[in-house]
Amino acid sequence: MTAAAASSRDDRSSGRERRERPSTFALILNNRLAAAGLVVLCLIVIAALAAPILPLADPNATDPASRLAPLLSPGHLLGTDALGRDMLSRLVWGTRVSLVVGVSASLIAAIFGSAIGLVAGYAGGRTDQMLMRLIDLTMAFPYILLALAIVAILGPGLINALYAIAIVNVPFFARNIRGITVGLARREFVDAARLSGKGPLTILWSDILPNVLPTIVITLSTTVGWMILETAGLSFLGLGAQPPQADLGSMLGDGRKVMFTAPTISLVPGLMIFLIVMSINLIGDGIRDALDPRLRSGALARPAFRTKVAKGRRKADTDGEQEPLPADAGGVGLDPLPAGEGGNRYPPLPCRASPPQGGRSPSVGLSERSISPLEGEMPAGRGGFQGRDGDDVASDRNDNPVLAVRGLETDFHIGRSVYHASNGVDLTIRRGECLCLVGESGSGKSVTAMSVMGLVPSPPGVIAGGRIGFKGEDLADAPDRRIRELRGGAVSHVFQDPLATLHPLFAVGDQIVEAIRAHQPLGKRAAEAKARDLLDLVRIPNAAQRMKALPHELSGGLRQRVSIAMALANDPELIIADEPTTALDVTVQAEVLRLLDTLRRERDTAVLFITHDFGVVSEIADRVAVMYAGRIVETGETAEILTRPAHPYTRMLIDCVPVMGEPERRLDAVPGRPPAVNRLPPGCAFADRCPRVQPDCREGEIPLETKRGSLEARCLHPLGPGEALAGGADPLEARP
Amino acid sequence: MTATIARRLLAAIPVLFGLSVIVFLMIALIPGDPATAILGSYATPENVARLNASLGLDKSLPQQYLAWISGVLSGDFGRSYALNRPVIDIVTERFSATLLLAGASLVLATVFGLLAGIVSAVRQFGFADKAITLAVLIGISVPSFWLGLLLILFFAVKIKLFPASGMVAIYGGGGPLDILHHLVLPAITLALVATGVIARLTRTAMLEVLRQDYIRTARAKGLSERRVIYRHAFMAALVSVIPVIGIQAGFVLGGAVYVETVFQWPGIGAMLVNAISQRDILLVQGGVLVVAASYVLFNLLADICQTLLDPRLK
Repeated sequence: MTAAAASSRDDRSSGRERRERPSTFALILNNRLAAAGLVVLCLIVIAALAAPILPLADPNATDPASRLAPLLSPGHLLGTDALGRDMLSRLVWGTRVSLVVGVSASLIAAIFGSAIGLVAGYAGGRTDQMLMRLIDLTMAFPYILLALAIVAILGPGLINALYAIAIVNVPFFARNIRGITVGLARREFVDAARLSGKGPLTILWSDILPNVLPTIVITLSTTVGWMILETAGLSFLGLGAQPPQADLGSMLGDGRKVMFTAPTISLVPGLMIFLIVMSINLIGDGIRDALDPRLRSGALARPAFRTKVAKGRRKADTDGEQEPLPADAGGVGLDPLPAGEGGNRYPPLPCRASPPQGGRSPSVGLSERSISPLEGEMPAGRGGFQGRDGDDVASDRNDNPVLAVRGLETDFHIGRSVYHASNGVDLTIRRGECLCLVGESGSGKSVTAMSVMGLVPSPPGVIAGGRIGFKGEDLADAPDRRIRELRGGAVSHVFQDPLATLHPLFAVGDQIVEAIRAHQPLGKRAAEAKARDLLDLVRIPNAAQRMKALPHELSGGLRQRVSIAMALANDPELIIADEPTTALDVTVQAEVLRLLDTLRRERDTAVLFITHDFGVVSEIADRVAVMYAGRIVETGETAEILTRPAHPYTRMLIDCVPVMGEPERRLDAVPGRPPAVNRLPPGCAFADRCPRVQPDCREGEIPLETKRGSLEARCLHPLGPGEALAGGADPLEARP
Repeated sequence: MTATIARRLLAAIPVLFGLSVIVFLMIALIPGDPATAILGSYATPENVARLNASLGLDKSLPQQYLAWISGVLSGDFGRSYALNRPVIDIVTERFSATLLLAGASLVLATVFGLLAGIVSAVRQFGFADKAITLAVLIGISVPSFWLGLLLILFFAVKIKLFPASGMVAIYGGGGPLDILHHLVLPAITLALVATGVIARLTRTAMLEVLRQDYIRTARAKGLSERRVIYRHAFMAALVSVIPVIGIQAGFVLGGAVYVETVFQWPGIGAMLVNAISQRDILLVQGGVLVVAASYVLFNLLADICQTLLDPRLK
């Protein structure tokens, strides 16, 4: 999960979100299948309850004259059985018996199982161990076999079958309830109850039981169907209901004797069992889904192959230089600044009718171009991405950017809210250049970086706008096949926690070999040799042996070296490194950082490096872009940003970095929290935390157009060169 | 690796011991006089006395257990009074048939359950997912003894494709093909519930795994979706599905009781039902012990497989 999504999830737990949540019962009803199950079950239960007052024939009245009457015979809607008894009546009465027996068994299992679970969980220690060993032991028997053994001891009969099924199900309740109780027994309110002199039984009854009741109900709802099925099964085997008593199972068993002549006699009771069990299971699933918050938030959704790209994706720059995108962005002149970050140094332009270049512009719809004047004036994207002036800067550099992201908007759709994790971001990286994307967690830096190769989990992520230019190609438009070709090929990734990002079950050598062979037509041997070379390259000692190691057998630093080796496998032109050193020890961090820096210099690879740590920035970055609440708030060359930032937020982030030899320097965390990106305030998103905030900061869009040297800042009241924050080192006091 | 397996084997011993105690206690727990219960109410007093002596019922429970378990370990489970044969002979004969049926079912359930679960997860919320989810719900709600009848009525009576009962044809049967022919319907019937459960849990496990960072890494490497799903995601999901398959072995072994009764499969389940009806307690005891012990061993096997697949579990 990305940081942005994580922060948005926090917001979900706020009261606002809760009000939107329908009640559990409403959720169950909303689930069409569960509602259908509820209706069917209600009808069956009502019929069974009303059996004595329904106009039904005597279920046990035999009538040899009309034996084996077919379905829909006069007087016998469901026909008669081998003794001429009315099947409809027998079905209703049999259902009654089956329901009573099944439900009684469930209740007995629930009561005894819960009692055992409560006692074991509350008492703990020896009692707990003994009881749970016993429970485990009964679970070591195949389910039905144990029931059979119990019936064998007690002798066949409906009540004995009921006991058998109840006993067999006790462990399910005992285990579930114990689990909850163990947690509850350590809670404060239980301690309070104990201190107030209540006895253990009183505490169990009045303090703990009410809290485990929902679990009991859920377990009951998921097992009662089974128990009805199993008691019917025992009766079917002739071990439950004995004649003349009949439940659905024994009716089925009896009917089997005339199965070939009158199949309905056995099929109808079976159908009834199926309907009961199915409807209960539907309801049980409905209850579980309604009570399981993970399912509700859609968090269990699996991410697709690539991030969804919205159909009506806004392509921010419509001033004609849009296509071809990136490669010649340098030529068209977004320099000397990275085009994106520096896009808006002039007020919005009216659309210049610059000729479409090269005529190959599949991504530019005609309609789009025709509305462009309007868009030029009113930023098409949210990010204040406005028209760019191509003539603005002389093309003084020949090297074209490898990556040119323009007006990127990546949203998360969670529930009914839309979180703008990346909110109109421009980035440009040239060959051999390292751009650091910096920001707090939740600022959208990872989402922005992961959007490039479509690796933002989708659902819930959607690329809603902007273009992702990779050497002249808009990746948001590229077909899946092209994306796959580029992934791990021309563009590779290094992720944060190598323990989580390497496959835990495959040897690291195999994982590198796999990366190589996905892009190069090499045999296994050749690929293995290459993988070994790569491990040597990233300075892993004993490479040949380490090939066979599983990720968990390596140290964190070695694992990250493996990740880097994997990223280098196919000589990428761009490496996207998402906090690759954050999960490592400080000393290892420095080594890995140095390694990455050396390798990219040797190979002239462009690097997009995401970090929250300005210490890391100073080590590796050529340029820096600072993100806040989904936008770039300041960008510029590293040295300048580090020493003379213009944006107060950048200043505060830099002030967070400890400096060797200045122990008395205060380390200030940036006070406050970033705003939720689904309801950003108007104006500067940082205003609430900014010591220099003025009233005009909260009015309208602030473009990224305050310039100083190489810097560009999205700030109306920037700091002067070297200026410290007002209020000295304590921004807290300066807060509005 | 050998050490791991040895450790798991050792850990199974207390379970087997506990199991044998419970099965042993079956006789002691019978209400009233066990010998009378075993021999029926018309038994002559001298028969009762002889049985009491041979069961050692006049000794203390631990002594009885020792005597019983040493007999069991040397293959002596006592004698079936209804069939007048050694229990061990009947049980081994019957158990092989059950093992064939249960094994075939478990293989079916595993293959189709895993496949359905993968497809369901990969097509989450799509048509296939909904169809599979519904099919699974139906599958785990259908009483197998009813489904068996339906299958017999359709496949054996109506289109006469498969036989309705037995394990081999009475005349001219007996070859592996003949057994396979007889195996199809009961194996499908028995596999259905387990298939549903495995499919359901595979889906959940796959969804869980597909969200993991290493899947993103696999995709970031440029692997094909096929490889991402069937190698990277599936192998990881399998680790958590294997114990479920182990548990399903128990449901299949137990559920065999119904299926064997419906299809008159000469297995241990059908034998147990008859033995219970006839109060042939020693036969029940032997049958239960063998099936339960095989379940424990099967779970042990699942456990070892899981460890082999995921060395982190060592």
